[in-house]
Amino acid sequence: MAAGDSRPPVEDWATDYDIFDPAYCSDPGPIWADLRARCPIAHTERWGGSWLPTRYDDVAEMARLVPALSNQLPIVVPPVPFHDPETGEVLRTRPHIPPISSDPPFHGPARRLILPAFAPPAVAAHEPFTRELAHRLIDGFAGKGGCDGAVEYAQQIPPRVIAHLLGVDEDRADDFIAWVRGILEFGATDPELRMATAQKIFAFWGEEVRKRRAQPRDDFISVIMEGDLDGEPVDDDHAVATCNLLLIAGIDTTWSSIGSALWHLATHPADRRRLVAEPALLPTAVEELLRVYSPVTMGRLATEDVTVNGVTVPAGDRVLMNFPSANRDPAHFPDPDTVVIDREHNRHVAFGVGIHRCAGSNLARMEMQVALSVFLGRIPEFHLDDNVPVTWAGGQVRGPRTLPLTFSPAP
Amino acid sequence: MKVRVDPDRCQGHNRCYSLAPELFDVDDYGYATAAGDGVVPPELEAKAKLAAANCPEFAVIIEDGG
Repeated sequence: MAAGDSRPPVEDWATDYDIFDPAYCSDPGPIWADLRARCPIAHTERWGGSWLPTRYDDVAEMARLVPALSNQLPIVVPPVPFHDPETGEVLRTRPHIPPISSDPPFHGPARRLILPAFAPPAVAAHEPFTRELAHRLIDGFAGKGGCDGAVEYAQQIPPRVIAHLLGVDEDRADDFIAWVRGILEFGATDPELRMATAQKIFAFWGEEVRKRRAQPRDDFISVIMEGDLDGEPVDDDHAVATCNLLLIAGIDTTWSSIGSALWHLATHPADRRRLVAEPALLPTAVEELLRVYSPVTMGRLATEDVTVNGVTVPAGDRVLMNFPSANRDPAHFPDPDTVVIDREHNRHVAFGVGIHRCAGSNLARMEMQVALSVFLGRIPEFHLDDNVPVTWAGGQVRGPRTLPLTFSPAP
Repeated sequence: MKVRVDPDRCQGHNRCYSLAPELFDVDDYGYATAAGDGVVPPELEAKAKLAAANCPEFAVIIEDGG
């Protein structure tokens, strides 16, 4: 954590929480349980100030208060400006990644533009690539008897699937990984890095969009460029912003989910063996792993005073949509901190609720199911390597970043 | 038993469609509707209840009797 060393420790999570605190990143469950019981909507002045609901009903209610709780600031740390690369002029002062950063009425057309690419039939078309990719990655470490499940597996799948879907070279995956971490992980607490990374990303997508304006291709970028926004043509600026959305929303989120699932299966052998013996449970297990290890906490900005559960969030304040804590609320999930891989009743909100439901949720599910199914098929017995520590990223996207696994060398 | 999807609540999570594809259709945008007339055959009643119990929007509605 770049700025972590100089911050005073948290003494009261209800009035001074810190989503980048190492304790919050590695195991936020006990912190949420404490807050849910005594101060269900917490507040902090840290990182520009924000409110943190922890109960399912409060989070769900707030997620639907659109646009009173606006999406124009989905990242909770103070925004950085975006400059014209040639003149240095400030072009934007807030993130522009529609429809995540959009409110109605623009939100609807921006969302309809991308939804067909993420509906079940469109997602199914990417499954063979994802399966082949998972096998290819495992080929790289199966014979070694160990791997970093985060770096060598979980982290490698979403950037390649997104590259494949968008229609850019899979070899860009390492850049995508660096860029998304430069915005959401290391960049969250390092505004200079975040600003520089945003410039790189926009330059890259600008070039890809210009190439397709000259010569359309059979890929997602061309399809959205030929689409429309309620009858209006999609200009290059919107196409670039949409590509940026897929990069920001579709990579570290899903790799965090795959990584957390592998961590769980490495540390809970009974669950792992049951999934190996009963692969038909996998879809249900994936929903349960998404519930307990929900990676994403989205930011909102109050555009008017909003009162929920007796707490008034004043206009201008920010709110963290704490979907991960909602999913551990005992009022909705019996034994909420325990993974029950055949849990039948599971209205989890890992992908949010309301009009901003994650547009890529079907893609994320497919990637998780394929990643876990192929891994368990090739390497059914694996454990944490106790000699190397597991590290977790937190903030608004939580998941393991180092996940040392050992297993018997496999073919 | 009949099942229906409240179009004002559905946000296209596809939880119902993935749990009970026999009972639901999804459109090009991923929004769900009940398949056919929504009548649930007795052997699929458990699946219908499961779909309702997994909808984060409380959009899947079961109507008993009739």
